Amino acid sequence: MSEEGRVTREGHPKRGRRRAGLSERGVERVLTVVALSAIGVLGLITVFIFIGGLPAIAKTGLWAFVSGHKWAPGRGVFGIFPMIMGSLWVTIGALAIGVPLSLACAIFLAEVAPPKTARVIKPAIELLAGIPSVIYGFMGLVILVPLIRTHLGGPGFSVLASSVVLGIMILPTVISISYDAMKAVPEAYRDGSLALGATKWQTIVMVLLPAARSGILAAIILGMGRAIGETMAVIMVAGNATMVPGSLLDPVRTLTSNIALEMGYAAGTHRAALFGTGVILFVIIMLLSILASFTTTARGKAKVNPKP
Amino acid sequence: MNNRAIVAHKVAVGVLWASAVLTLGILVFILAYILYHGLPVLSWSFISQSPTEMGRSGGILPTIVGTFALTILALAIATPLGVGTAIFLTEYTRPGPLTRVVRFGAESLAGVPSIIFGLFGFMFFVIYLGLGWSILSGALTLAAMILPTIIRTSEEAIRAVPDSYREISFALGGTRWQTVTRAVLPSALPGILTGVMLGMGRSIGETAAVIFTAGSTLRLPTSVTDPVRTMAVHFYILAREGISMPNAYGTAAILVISILAVNFVAYWLMQRFIARHS
Repeated sequence: MSEEGRVTREGHPKRGRRRAGLSERGVERVLTVVALSAIGVLGLITVFIFIGGLPAIAKTGLWAFVSGHKWAPGRGVFGIFPMIMGSLWVTIGALAIGVPLSLACAIFLAEVAPPKTARVIKPAIELLAGIPSVIYGFMGLVILVPLIRTHLGGPGFSVLASSVVLGIMILPTVISISYDAMKAVPEAYRDGSLALGATKWQTIVMVLLPAARSGILAAIILGMGRAIGETMAVIMVAGNATMVPGSLLDPVRTLTSNIALEMGYAAGTHRAALFGTGVILFVIIMLLSILASFTTTARGKAKVNPKP
Repeated sequence: MNNRAIVAHKVAVGVLWASAVLTLGILVFILAYILYHGLPVLSWSFISQSPTEMGRSGGILPTIVGTFALTILALAIATPLGVGTAIFLTEYTRPGPLTRVVRFGAESLAGVPSIIFGLFGFMFFVIYLGLGWSILSGALTLAAMILPTIIRTSEEAIRAVPDSYREISFALGGTRWQTVTRAVLPSALPGILTGVMLGMGRSIGETAAVIFTAGSTLRLPTSVTDPVRTMAVHFYILAREGISMPNAYGTAAILVISILAVNFVAYWLMQRFIARHS
């Protein structure tokens, strides 16, 4: 675009060019500043989360902070190991439930669904993304928790309840990104496989999925980021006990819920320790985000590699 | 083609259908459950009166006002920034180090969890800038959160405008800015508005980012420096502390209806946009 723009501007009558040229340069400068807003906010977030959290991490020591089993704000003991394990557990659980369902839905939409059905299901999935997380948490609280308590035992508030709720919440993210990855696979790949006599399902498993795998991987990583970062829904169903869960039916506290549960009344080192929890969470999320962008840039290089 | 492959195909297709039906079923169940329990609670007095006894009785007017005040202010802040960024990326630069930085910022910001936005908003707007728990602090935090959504959808909408629009404008002697404002943006408008509506939906439903920045008072706000409680926060407090289940359902119903309305408008705008450009 800029090529045409330049040519046109030079072709202007003199007076018009000067007036337009001046404002043009002004506009360009303003837009450049505006465009830096997102990275600017990201920078501010990084700075202020670290400012808030580093005092507590420095006081406790980074290793003691992340590996300590005890979280006792009243006595000034801050160890977030149970929360790190808690986040890990519920995230793995969410992926175990959400990823197979998401991939099945994405394959369905991309390959199997009649166009009319797809036109109903796609917006429905987008709507699923629009439902507030407190509503998901509430549904878990009134449906899932009692169900687990009566049929499987334990308090009901558990790793399992959190995993199911989060598994549902990551569906829209994983579905839409892996759907895009599948749609990006050239038609010729499918045609080639079908022409060789493969069934549609064989084509999906042996041609489509391998070809779309880096996009699918990115979708899973982004879904993972959503599961780790989710707060309100987890608080309502997780039970929030500060211990490493021993089974799927044990209550669990995640990094996010640790922050949200105690921010309301925390002060001093306690508040700093909550920001410290935020620092650890933020670092995990940024690592995942970088990992996801790596896999998407690798997408172009993906090769079809059918199994023999 | 052997029989086993055909059977496997049929079973697989059945499983795929079942998955799609299950996902759709989850959505329908959640909406139906909330509306079934919430709609009977709704009345004119519920939406026009202030709560009494911490929300145990009375209506939810201040939380409705608070939610929309926060949302509208957040959109007013984020929309110019987001659309400006999108214009910069599509019309004013070529891909290079600068666009990579801009894009990295937007993509990373999109992945930041809302609780982190809440912490940041609390530390930066509430404490550091001294704005206190207020509509302003909450709206600025929400604006930061929805910025990536608006950037991405606006960029897609602007890119979808055919180059011929720009060429005609340039050929008529339009400057680049004239081309953007008079040829590109009007045509991209429904697409951009879709992004704005999606940002609106996220703002309305957000809890973690506003509870520590906008506060949770139940008083009716009179200015942007007043603290507010949003519907989502109110619902969370009512349900979690078991203050009043009926009122929690009523609040959830209004929340869900607002989200549905916003999403339908977004969907409708998107259809219009697609129809215009295909």
